[in-house]
Amino acid sequence: MSDAAIAHEAPEEHPTSTGLNHRKILMWAFLGSECIFFGSLITTYLVYRGKSVVGPYPSEILNIPLTSVSTFVLLMSSLAMVLALAGFERAAGAAGDVERQQQELKKGRFWLLMTAVLGTGFLGFQAYEFIEFVHHGLGLTTNLFGTTFFVLTGFHGTHVGVGVLWLVSLLVLSYFGKVKPLDVELGGLYWHFVDIVWIIIFTLIYLIPH
Amino acid sequence: MATVTGVQTRERVSAGAAIWSWVTTIDHKRIGVLYFVTSLIYFMVGGFEALLIRLQLATPDGQILDTDTYNQLFTMHGTAMVFMVAMPMAAAFFNFLIPLMIGARDVAFPRLNAFSYWTFLGGSLLMHSSFLFGQAPDGGWFGYANLTSKEYTPGLSIDFWGLGLLVLGVASVAAALNFIITIINLRAPGMTLMRMPVFVWMTFVTSFLIIFAFPAITVALIFLEFDRLFGTNFYEVAEGGDPMLWQHLFWVFGHPEVYILVLPGFGIASEILPTFSRKPIFGYSAMVFAAVAIAFLGFSVWAHHMFTTGMGTIADAAFAGSTMLIAIPTGIKMFNWVATCFGGRIRLTVPMLFALGFLTTFLIGGLTGPMLAAVPLDLHFQDTYFVVGHFHYVLFGGLILALMGGVYYWYPKITGRMMSEKIGKWHFWLMFTFMNLTFFPMHFVGVDGMPRRVGTYAAGMGWDFWNMLISISAFGIALSVLVFLHNLVVSYKKGKPAGNDPWDARTLEWAIPSPPPEHNFDEIPHITHRDQVWYDKYGDGHGSAAELRKTDADADEQADEEHDVHMPNPSYWPLVVSAGLTIAAAGLMIHIAVAVFGVLWTVGAVYAWSLEPASTPSEEH
Repeated sequence: MSDAAIAHEAPEEHPTSTGLNHRKILMWAFLGSECIFFGSLITTYLVYRGKSVVGPYPSEILNIPLTSVSTFVLLMSSLAMVLALAGFERAAGAAGDVERQQQELKKGRFWLLMTAVLGTGFLGFQAYEFIEFVHHGLGLTTNLFGTTFFVLTGFHGTHVGVGVLWLVSLLVLSYFGKVKPLDVELGGLYWHFVDIVWIIIFTLIYLIPH
Repeated sequence: MATVTGVQTRERVSAGAAIWSWVTTIDHKRIGVLYFVTSLIYFMVGGFEALLIRLQLATPDGQILDTDTYNQLFTMHGTAMVFMVAMPMAAAFFNFLIPLMIGARDVAFPRLNAFSYWTFLGGSLLMHSSFLFGQAPDGGWFGYANLTSKEYTPGLSIDFWGLGLLVLGVASVAAALNFIITIINLRAPGMTLMRMPVFVWMTFVTSFLIIFAFPAITVALIFLEFDRLFGTNFYEVAEGGDPMLWQHLFWVFGHPEVYILVLPGFGIASEILPTFSRKPIFGYSAMVFAAVAIAFLGFSVWAHHMFTTGMGTIADAAFAGSTMLIAIPTGIKMFNWVATCFGGRIRLTVPMLFALGFLTTFLIGGLTGPMLAAVPLDLHFQDTYFVVGHFHYVLFGGLILALMGGVYYWYPKITGRMMSEKIGKWHFWLMFTFMNLTFFPMHFVGVDGMPRRVGTYAAGMGWDFWNMLISISAFGIALSVLVFLHNLVVSYKKGKPAGNDPWDARTLEWAIPSPPPEHNFDEIPHITHRDQVWYDKYGDGHGSAAELRKTDADADEQADEEHDVHMPNPSYWPLVVSAGLTIAAAGLMIHIAVAVFGVLWTVGAVYAWSLEPASTPSEEH
């Protein structure tokens, strides 16, 4: 399992014009496109701020301490993501030294798991928050705030969910020796992007007073 | 030596195997052909809708269509022509040509490329299936809120439209991402950005426009469908929502979309004009930077579609100003095309005729642009046939003529046979004459106040003659399209064999056989000049052609490795993923369980796709 457990940088990789991997540029370009996607959602939220004709209004319902905790959890997941990538990269770098390679790989997998766990934790907070809001009478169709809030944070949450699925898949595949550091890096780029979007959403929805 | 798979073994195969090979193909050239044929079929459909509209409008108080049908026809005519004709037909050219022009064996992500095509097909079929239920979309191609709300348009027509467009958006963005990476990363050695053919540059800029413009309409459509399916309040006035949100989001996408449509036409003209003038494109870098400038400015002009909505004088003035600025880079392009022809040894072949036709009609369509950008004039022109005339001049006169020229120009490369020049000239003159006779009078009745999207008009408005002329000419265009189809089919069997380089052209695709082998290039070419093929043939005008190819030693060394050509394996997973997406979208109209099923199908298929090896590891390595 030692040699199979870590995929070597593929020798068949064709040289590219820029020297950068295709998939890495693809991910960056895709995230560029996603910026406009979330930009449009966030802009809509801002345009409709304070336009609800019936309550509950944001100031009555937003639980800032709780969401601060969930934000902290998501931010820590980004740290775990960095450590996971470092583990996989070091493991690939220690190709000759089987014992060290296994050690680093283990670390990489641990942090990958932690990232997924923290991401799931964030989703748990979000599910709790959504349910609380519904109990307080704020649904998707109640007013403009409900509409824009649930759709914006819902699409963000879906992105986190896709990310968790991706991380878990990487984790499982790593046991079959199918995961290169680049695969982890791509997942990481996506993960950090989704994190950054949350920081913007958190600031605009929760922190700036209405 | 050369282990080129699949090319030498071209024996007779059964029909089933042939169809299967098209279903699983990930060859950019075959995908290009699929795009072309599909978009051509939709061109017929959209054209047929236009003819019905013209029948209705031929005489005052037309009785042929009822109002509902008329609404469906103009909505589907616009939507189909933009999303299922113009964009995929441009994508056909991108697919076929980009790898050939930059010296690559395929696009960066061949399976993603197949996925783009199948998703486009799925989305377009989903939208057109509405005809089967008598519920074709009827809210206009712009789908203004809150006409599209459940309250004012019950039934499923708008859902077919919105969900279909969402699926089509996925296809467009995936294809655009693919072309961006291909152009950034798969250029042959020595092919610097500023040595790329102008067509490649236009594809590059168009692709960036797509990935930045489409998310806006995606979000607008998500809001629309949430409003309709789940009862949210995005465009609900009673709940404080604002229908203007739709217009802003739609046109933030919609105006860049105009350049997404027309830049490929610019690219095609920029290849045809130099070849048949036997001169390099005039002002290459100005051409490139003008396109980039158009793309940037294109994102800052969207509200000129909304001058009559009462945005206020400052917003009106700002958007009028930014719109007029676009005349500068576009003007640069016009002058450069003219200068490319100037002093050249011009050959009036059919592709050249179409390119010159493009120049003249696009100029007319372009000139009415600043007229519409002037706010006081626009207030008068809004929603009249003047606007219809304007955008048909730029999209038919600009884009379609250029695409037709592109078909005649590259048909020999694609099929190995020339299209008939004689039939082609008939095609050109019929199409050119009748398109002008169709769309020019629209400016007159438009200035006179004839409203668009209205299915009847009263007699005695002074519009009778012009409308009859427009309708007759529209059938003239249809005739020219039939001539074109005839030429396409006849030439496929009976055309003169083309050879590698029938036009004495300039760019890399002409250095390889027609049709190109599956792997495109036996050896990846080394690029030392812009218009490399021309340079290889004639030198740069100073030195002689004899001293060319000094990089041969270099190339030979590399050639040994590159003779081992391993093409990626065919795959049906892209089709399966596309089918899942389409089912998910359709499911939203049927039952939420179907939608969930579609999503699960998609996720499962994505896993299968990811785990499938892209190419068989070679035995020799």
